[in-house]
Amino acid sequence: MSLLAPPFLYLLAAVLIPVLGSRSRALLLLLVPVFGLISLLSYGYGNHLVIPMLGFELTFVRLDKLSQIFGIIFSIAAFLAAIYAWHVDDKIQQMATLVYAGSAIGGVLAGDLITLFLYWEATAVASVFLIWARRTPASYATGMRYLIIQVLSGVLLLAGLLLHYNDTGSIAFDHLGLVSLGTWLIFIGFGIKCAFPLMHNWLQDSYPAATVTGTVVLSAFTTKMAVYALARGYAGTEILIYIGAIMTLFPIFFAEIENDLRRVLAYSLNNQLGFMVVGVGVGTEMALNGTAAHAFCHILYKALLFMSVGAVLYRTGTSKASELGGLYKTMPVTMVCCLVGAASISAFPLFSGFVSKSLILDASVSNGYYIVWFALVVASAGVLSHSGIKIPYFTFFAHDSGKRPAEAPMHMRIAMIITAVLCVFIGVFPGALYALLPFEVDYKPYTVSHVLSQMQLLCFALLAFVFLMRNGLHPPEERGVNLDSDWVYRKLAPGLMPAIVNAIASTVTSAQSSAKDAVVSFTRRVAGISRPGGILSVNWGVNSMVLIVTVMMLIVLLFNFS
Amino acid sequence: MIADQLPALQIVIPMLAAPLCVLVKRSNACWAIALVANVLVVINAFALLHQVRTDGVIRYALGGWAAPTGIEYYVDTMNAIMLLLVSFISCVTLVFAYTSVKKTVVTGKHYLFYAAWMLCLTGLLGISITGDAFNVFVFLEISSLATYMLLAFGSDRRALTASFRYLIMGSVGASFILIGIGFLYAATGALNMVDLAQRIPDAESQRAVLVAFSFLTIGLMIKAAVFPLHGWLANAYQHAPIAVTAFLAGTATKVSLYVLLRFFFSIFGPNYSFGAMLLNVVLLPAAIVGFLLLSLVAIFQTDLRRMLAYSSVAQIGYIVAAFCLATQSGLTAGIVHIINHGIIKTALFMSVGCIIYRVGHAHIGSLDNLMKKMPLTVTAFIISGLGLIGVPLTVGFISKFSLIGASLERGWWMVGALVLVSSLFAIVYVGRVVEIMVFRSSRTDTPEPTGMREAPMSMLVPMYVLIGISLWFGISGSTTLSVASEAAAALLGGYQ
Repeated sequence: MSLLAPPFLYLLAAVLIPVLGSRSRALLLLLVPVFGLISLLSYGYGNHLVIPMLGFELTFVRLDKLSQIFGIIFSIAAFLAAIYAWHVDDKIQQMATLVYAGSAIGGVLAGDLITLFLYWEATAVASVFLIWARRTPASYATGMRYLIIQVLSGVLLLAGLLLHYNDTGSIAFDHLGLVSLGTWLIFIGFGIKCAFPLMHNWLQDSYPAATVTGTVVLSAFTTKMAVYALARGYAGTEILIYIGAIMTLFPIFFAEIENDLRRVLAYSLNNQLGFMVVGVGVGTEMALNGTAAHAFCHILYKALLFMSVGAVLYRTGTSKASELGGLYKTMPVTMVCCLVGAASISAFPLFSGFVSKSLILDASVSNGYYIVWFALVVASAGVLSHSGIKIPYFTFFAHDSGKRPAEAPMHMRIAMIITAVLCVFIGVFPGALYALLPFEVDYKPYTVSHVLSQMQLLCFALLAFVFLMRNGLHPPEERGVNLDSDWVYRKLAPGLMPAIVNAIASTVTSAQSSAKDAVVSFTRRVAGISRPGGILSVNWGVNSMVLIVTVMMLIVLLFNFS
Repeated sequence: MIADQLPALQIVIPMLAAPLCVLVKRSNACWAIALVANVLVVINAFALLHQVRTDGVIRYALGGWAAPTGIEYYVDTMNAIMLLLVSFISCVTLVFAYTSVKKTVVTGKHYLFYAAWMLCLTGLLGISITGDAFNVFVFLEISSLATYMLLAFGSDRRALTASFRYLIMGSVGASFILIGIGFLYAATGALNMVDLAQRIPDAESQRAVLVAFSFLTIGLMIKAAVFPLHGWLANAYQHAPIAVTAFLAGTATKVSLYVLLRFFFSIFGPNYSFGAMLLNVVLLPAAIVGFLLLSLVAIFQTDLRRMLAYSSVAQIGYIVAAFCLATQSGLTAGIVHIINHGIIKTALFMSVGCIIYRVGHAHIGSLDNLMKKMPLTVTAFIISGLGLIGVPLTVGFISKFSLIGASLERGWWMVGALVLVSSLFAIVYVGRVVEIMVFRSSRTDTPEPTGMREAPMSMLVPMYVLIGISLWFGISGSTTLSVASEAAAALLGGYQ
């Protein structure tokens, strides 16, 4: 029985992958989330599978409403990704997907910090294979950077939990709060995975570098596991509100000027995480409900957007806005699904984003965070612009690129349609989602004032977009747009907030480049002495070795005599 | 009856196997003799460990001569662990050696190879079991001389210079140890370790004891390849026959570390070694700089064996740093890592051996897409590589976890932090190789080498035995941790 608990089930299936045939592997990938979900729901609330390990009692399944909703949505995401990746015939990617999804579920079910850490590391190691699986030199470098940052987060978590254990003698994973060095380290560890501002670069770096299907998988788990961990350990920590507000705002500028659509989505992922982090920071029942609900909806519509852009990439070989356009003619299903995803992320009424985001917005207002509320509203307008309009517009409409790719393959279409239906279903019947939330929900999303204010916001943002496009002020979609090259910003026509964009961009760029220079020169020096032939790894002759012995002897004697 | 003689049998069996090999001379027969002897030794060591854990310390007077006159074998949990580790790793690598030696060592000299192997094993076991300081030196010389010979069997001619370098450095180290023991004898008039431990507190003020301590420190640091006295190691590991490298990587340096423990903790006592002698000022920085720098150096290596060799020095740094904590949990962490690292590093060198056996070299850049051709070997490399990094559920994690825990407990959180930094380096050097082996597709311009298939079973089975054990120890960490903490308690408790 215990082997069938959700995390173990996934790991067990991953072990089976190498010995199975191609079709049965794809089928296994599809079935595991289903059985995992059944097995998850069969547990009652409380702690299960308490196993003594490393001299501690480790709780492998701790089920309450908070972990349950994350467990459910992770299972759904794994299932949808499996349909979408039906065509993939790569044992390594399939194993990595199973281990990754399994450990993410294991992470949210973990009842203590050590178990959490075990899965925290496992997600890092498993997910990097989804990036490396693209098998390009660039993806290798990106994967390595990604891995180091992810493991760094794990390392901080480990250091923090040991300090915390030394302080309190407890490894329980409950509310921690920022009370000691240990909990601060854990907080930063969570923050890296949650892509806090200035710790966020790994996300935009790695997600667009993964395989078509890998990105869909990646987008679901790592960051949301971190959101869960924050909600569990740091609910009501005020600093999170401001971190979250910054997270919602700053990616907008970058998303607006970015050309690679998968990178745009990565930025908007970052921005959406901001909403959840604000919810955690406010920390009231309503806010935490909002965070959980938003994570739930967000996984679906973000997966949907990544799927549709991925389908385009799969068919055309590019995801650059400048090279796409006019695809609605031959990819209508993908286009419709993309629009559903766009409407959901922009929080149109009757789509899923609306019913979850308004919980967070209302929670921030009702607790008196008006400035934060305003920031979130501005960010919502930004979301509409870069994810809601830019993605579908430049892919499927805009100027005709002349490309006439075939419609996405059948299994991709099925995956996208199911996801799209779920997005709409949640938007129309929010009660189903609300029933899953951690706390009692007494909230009506569809009141006149809600709908009206949201529609006003959306209409004005739309209007602004149309105005900018008409007057040629919208940042042009050009090849080679790249954060580190400042000519992009200089080519930006004087338009909406050019001064702000320029100021932010140039500070970031100059800080980045000077930091980069310092790092590069230091690395060169270190590499120089470490390389074969460098002083540290050259074949030391007998003379020099004996010399070192003598010197060491002198040092030892010196210290011992003193 | 036989149960009383176990300590002697532990040494006598391999020692007799060596001349037997020379007499028999036929390659396969020699291998069989060595293997049988080795299996017996493993069983014997297992029995000893069991005996020690149930009945307590065993003191065995060799030849019936009681302690101060004769040589005494002294077995507590600490050296019972070492005996089991050394004989078991030797046994597994001996199985592994069967095929690879046929390819690398000149056919007519196989009997010498196995004889040297048995002598080396005798020496290593002898160092671990003996309770007599001078006897340590004798066995050290036996194992070292045999090691020089084993190293020189490498097919590469550079093996000779590597062996010669090690001979010089090893002799310097051994003479330092001998001088140290000599000074101790002069100061206390005792060679038996238990007697030494009793008499040193009275003689502490003598300058001779101090000099003895310094000589012993340096000598043991050379033999254990502690940074910056590790210069001999990389070449030796790279050019020796790979089975020998696998054997030595798991045992030789570990046994020297054991002697270090024995001298610092049982004989001199932690208060003297780490209090009066300020060993922390010398040994701890050396260990820390060692594991940081050498992990870095490992990243840039182009030869797989050399990369692993530098990583070994780095891992020894972890172990020494753990000793320097001089607490119960610190010693436990160090001892656990001796066991764990012995197992993973041997497995890693075995997988490299499989690669060399089929591919003919271990140049990292040319191992692209090896996963397709040798999936089992590469999988073994990945699993043990993860252990080296210290990913959860591998033995490396148990080590890392207990080491960091111990350093935090002592309040040296910087040490813990630096260990974590260094484990990030390990990710890079292991990850780099894994990426090349698994993901990089074959270059088209080079012709496919012929005979690129999975390594023979005789090499895979011993490798996977080790990996199985490492996974078992990794998942149920309490097995090794409890034994190691008993050993640590025995060391800190001094001689009864």
